Amino acid sequence: MTDKSNDPNQMTGAAMIVRALIDHGVQHIFGYPGGAVLPIYDEIFQQSDVEHILVRHEQGAGHAAEGYARSTGKPGVVLVTSGPGATNMVTPLTDALMDSIPLVCITGQVPTHLIGNDAFQECDTVGITRPCTKHNWLVRDVNDLAKVLHEAFYVATTGRPGPVVVDVPKDVQFALGTYHPPRKSDVHVSYTPRVKGDAAQIRKAVALLAAAKRPVIYSGGGVINSGPEASKLLRELVDVTGFPITSTLMGLGAYPATGKNWLGMLGMHGTYEANMTMHGCDVMLCVGARFDDRITGRTDAFSPGSKKIHIDIDPSSINKNIHVDVPIIGDAGNVLGDLLQVFKAEAKKPDIKAWWQEIAKWRARNSLAYKKSNDVILPQYAIQKLFEATRGHDTYITTEVGQHQMWAAQFFGFDEPHRWMTSGGLGTMGYGLPAALGVQVAHPDSLVIDIAGDASVQMTMQEMSTAVQFELPIKIFILNNQYMGMVRQWQQLLHGNRLSHSYSEALPDFVKLADAFGCVGIQAIKPSDLDGALKEMIKVKRPVLFDCRVAALENCFPMIPSGKAHNEMLLPAEATDEATAAAFAGGKALV
Amino acid sequence: MNQPASAYFLEERHDPNETHTLSVLVQNEPGVLARVIGLFSGRGYNIDSLTVSETESHKHLSRITIVTTGTPTVIEQIKHQLDRMIPVYRVVDMTITGRSIERELAMVKVRGRGDSRVEALRLADAFRARVIDATTESFVFEITGNSSKISQFIDLMRPLGLVEVARTGVAAIGRGPEGM
Repeated sequence: MTDKSNDPNQMTGAAMIVRALIDHGVQHIFGYPGGAVLPIYDEIFQQSDVEHILVRHEQGAGHAAEGYARSTGKPGVVLVTSGPGATNMVTPLTDALMDSIPLVCITGQVPTHLIGNDAFQECDTVGITRPCTKHNWLVRDVNDLAKVLHEAFYVATTGRPGPVVVDVPKDVQFALGTYHPPRKSDVHVSYTPRVKGDAAQIRKAVALLAAAKRPVIYSGGGVINSGPEASKLLRELVDVTGFPITSTLMGLGAYPATGKNWLGMLGMHGTYEANMTMHGCDVMLCVGARFDDRITGRTDAFSPGSKKIHIDIDPSSINKNIHVDVPIIGDAGNVLGDLLQVFKAEAKKPDIKAWWQEIAKWRARNSLAYKKSNDVILPQYAIQKLFEATRGHDTYITTEVGQHQMWAAQFFGFDEPHRWMTSGGLGTMGYGLPAALGVQVAHPDSLVIDIAGDASVQMTMQEMSTAVQFELPIKIFILNNQYMGMVRQWQQLLHGNRLSHSYSEALPDFVKLADAFGCVGIQAIKPSDLDGALKEMIKVKRPVLFDCRVAALENCFPMIPSGKAHNEMLLPAEATDEATAAAFAGGKALV
Repeated sequence: MNQPASAYFLEERHDPNETHTLSVLVQNEPGVLARVIGLFSGRGYNIDSLTVSETESHKHLSRITIVTTGTPTVIEQIKHQLDRMIPVYRVVDMTITGRSIERELAMVKVRGRGDSRVEALRLADAFRARVIDATTESFVFEITGNSSKISQFIDLMRPLGLVEVARTGVAAIGRGPEGM
């Protein structure tokens, strides 16, 4: 037998994990220790390449890693223990799967000989996380560990990005084995995501675009995921074609909100002009979006007269909800580059003046209008003020889920990609606060703000303690209306205004709570308080809980009502009690 | 619009259903079958028949044959969803290629004496079913064929003393010299 004691690649499983993180350029991981990961934590203690951020609940680690990933384009890495550590990760994993966020989650597991034995803190981690990951692995042999870890990073970050789980039993962490650096053969030969679009399909798309009279570009999170180059190409395409552009919630920032062709967000709470343009267009170019039900409204009345081009890296997104005429499978940036090249060589900017005139009429309806008040802060006004106050700062925004999230999407203008972190697909209340932590870790000198609601923020409030410990000066801007606002709005519109359990009777005093956590509490009650309070929030270099008291019963408009189409939006100016009742007539329903 | 007030579009679609046979070549690794089955249950797809076994052990390849029913859009989705799973090499729709052979094997236990026993044996002969176990009061028949032939045979055995049936589910392969 050869003596392996001098081989630098001989190491324990726990050491391999830290080594693999370093080899993949990981600088920060988010996690929480426990019995089944102690060997890994011991390795982390003895090195300084990878910094560990200790959260207060594993869900916080998951969302923090998501925020980290979305704001950097790099994978977010999580380390949690077996059993409850793993089950607490189920929500962030599902969230990351829905929104295509690259996460690598390493879970501890009970020793292999105890698996299946109902051992202490045992759960079937790979079974539980199978439907909420892109792929997962249980590593039973230390000599498979390096290969699996490298493959995990590859799978998480290539193709349509997504979360992966590597479950490592404790005896495998202790066992000695041979490590190897990443190499091509680590990956399943069956996994071959397609990056480059089909040339013939791209030509068909260009022909349609060049002949369009009433075109629209509808972009989504896929453009953001593809990287900054894709957003640049998207902007160039808009310039070259002169087409109007709208975006999903996930795609905000790919095209600047200050751009002249920008229509605003589309969908259920999108602008009137965006939805009407989608409804009336003759050619639709969908880039990196998936025709989700919040976007389409009633599918059989969705953009009835248009030819649809769909660029997506995931073949299963094609024709899932809406039939498209020209599908192009590939990476958004790669396909946009090819498409632009063909367009510039073979087509001219189509004359769509008449279409822009029509769009101008829809814009003039001013669908985001709201009634201002001198006595009470309107939530829309608060976001506008926040937006103004942060101009000129290097700002990142996260949100929770609900009315405040929609108002943030409507009223905060994003001019760059990777600046907007929100739970779009899963709609996870409690996402924004830990996500802000992750963003702040990645961008320590930037201004990171979680636009929150009073209900959502209490779901992961404990992470303020993490912010204080790691000196992460996140700003939690709470639009406090004392209700679960979106639930209350739906109860008002759909369920006879019976406000069943949507009122929080015993809210904490957020200013005192901030004090208890050791961070800064700020309150604004009147509109005249806002400017000064916002200035103070931005100036202070410590974590802040900002209690912004807003009008309690404000509704989020415009809105596509129940099972209606894009051209049947309810606008704020028209949302009288009778009009609302008529639009939502029909009785109550689940969800 | 008769739908109740909901933010989801609730009207059901009524496209006609089709039955398709899919051959799925996968890496034979722990959990791969659970992934495939979980996809079907998680997304509400139907499994009419499922057959799985390792086919090339040196390459760790297994072949899964699934018979499923759904609208053309759903069948299309199923294929894409299967294809994007990491350990899946290929998905072939044997129904669309149209040149495939499908077979199923069943073992059918029949209990009886006298005329019905003779009749069972005669029918088995007509269906080319083999006797693989016999006692003075029972037979176990082995029958191979497409699913409808096997169902027909089972129906005929029912009045003659059918005790139980074990079916393998469908295996399918393309005609001609090419592999999948």
